[in-house]
Amino acid sequence: MAAPLVDFERVTCRYGRDPVLVNVDLEIGEGEFIGIVGPSGSGKSTLLKAIAGTVEPIAGRINRDPGLSIGYVPQVETVNWYFPVTVREAILMARIDGRRLPWPSKQEVVEAQEVLERLGLGGLADRHIRELSGGQQQRVFIARAMLGRPRLLLLDEPTSGVDVRTRHDVMHVIHELHHQGLAIVLTTHDLNGIASHLPRLVCLNREVIATGSPRQVITSEVLEKTYGAPLEVLSHGGMPVVLEQYPELVDEEEGATVLPLREDHHEHPA
Amino acid sequence: MSTLLEPFGYEFFQRAIFVATITGALCGLIGVYVVLRGMSYIGHGLSHAIFGGAVASYIVGINVFVGAGLWGLVAALFINRVARRRSIGADAAIGAITSASFAIGIILISIQRTFVVNFEALLWGNVLGVAPVDVLVVLGVAIASTLFVFFGYRQLLFSTFDPEVAEVSGVRTARVDVGLAVMLTATIAATMNVIGVTMIAAMLVIPPVIGRLLTDSFGRMLWISVGTGTLCGFLGVYGSYYLNWSSGGTVVLAAGALFLLAFLFSGWRRRLPALAEAH
Repeated sequence: MAAPLVDFERVTCRYGRDPVLVNVDLEIGEGEFIGIVGPSGSGKSTLLKAIAGTVEPIAGRINRDPGLSIGYVPQVETVNWYFPVTVREAILMARIDGRRLPWPSKQEVVEAQEVLERLGLGGLADRHIRELSGGQQQRVFIARAMLGRPRLLLLDEPTSGVDVRTRHDVMHVIHELHHQGLAIVLTTHDLNGIASHLPRLVCLNREVIATGSPRQVITSEVLEKTYGAPLEVLSHGGMPVVLEQYPELVDEEEGATVLPLREDHHEHPA
Repeated sequence: MSTLLEPFGYEFFQRAIFVATITGALCGLIGVYVVLRGMSYIGHGLSHAIFGGAVASYIVGINVFVGAGLWGLVAALFINRVARRRSIGADAAIGAITSASFAIGIILISIQRTFVVNFEALLWGNVLGVAPVDVLVVLGVAIASTLFVFFGYRQLLFSTFDPEVAEVSGVRTARVDVGLAVMLTATIAATMNVIGVTMIAAMLVIPPVIGRLLTDSFGRMLWISVGTGTLCGFLGVYGSYYLNWSSGGTVVLAAGALFLLAFLFSGWRRRLPALAEAH
């Protein structure tokens, strides 16, 4: 069996005094597709950064395949959309190996154009990144990561804040990259729309709660441990579906969904 | 024609217009990174911090420019370090460190009182009085900065746009930050005798902002900023000869006028598609 691309052995990371990841064991194999799910603050982004090597563990070991190239796609919310870069400039800046001159070589231009065409951005190279749609913007950053010729692609919530159509569009691109042999690790909050369609999931809440196929880990028991709240799971066509209920939004007499009055949520000091 | 060329007959004027033009280009070049990193205030702060270093260097008896440069570099690195703490923003770090440094200069002047060096020249600049050695220093820093930007173009752009991903992708962002701090400090230390510390901040900010107003491309912004800085340096000193105004002030005023034109033009350009649709 081939050695994993990345292997976590009892890894603990922390910011300041607070541990963010505790005793994490995780193997990422060649060509795997892994989704990391967990509540906000559960350490999902930190886990990605630890895989990428920008967060160092305070305990445990992270073994990476020698010469492993990693592509990283940040959350779109963290991008400065007013920064003056065209699509071409945004993706070519990732080419930092070898050539030292500011302008791209002919080969780099051809390669960049190929990646853009592959991701459906062919005619947009000279557009400013702010002028694109949500899905196109996400694909620009996937293209940038691809230009670094990675074997492992990390995506931090690639579908956050986008509509259903764009989510489908982005996930289609990511699945295609996976089919071409790329190992992919992404974080997501979307259990039904994304996580349940991935081959392998890691449920995280500072420590790994469970890992396995969606059928194995999307269960009421695992989700309650992961999210700290009861979540009902149904089966629909053999796929697990998490029932998202907000009892406080339902008027019991009318049976209709209503918005509660704002003062209902105020916490009064004892 | 001979009237227009008259000032070029003076050696001091040739030196002045050459060094001001190079200074404008240099500030335009480094300023792009300063503005896009959201550090516009660092130019202002560091120029004041360096003033404190210049006074201290004079008292200790070392070369004012070398001492001021080293002082400024320490201040810039200290700002970088303090600003990394999430609880303290870059603006607060710049404010605290550079103001304290400037205050040291003011206090040293008030204690010493017997200076043969005119520190006013550092504050307001004395482009018409620059010595050949000053010209060489500015030229040297300009060449070094151009080489730094030329060979580190992609690393500088990547770490300015997206430092976290740049780090993942193999850019040593800490080294890039230190390199930029060195170039910025060298720029301020070398040019403070030309346009003065109070004007350097403006020249680090206005040309890049003009570039940003006129384009959405980083490459073009860099060219426009350098071109605007060059033009302002030239026009400012040339105009000040006829107008009999302060040279440093005229350089910055030229930049201010171009900023106003760029601002009006960019607003008009933005409204153009809407106007075309209306007709």
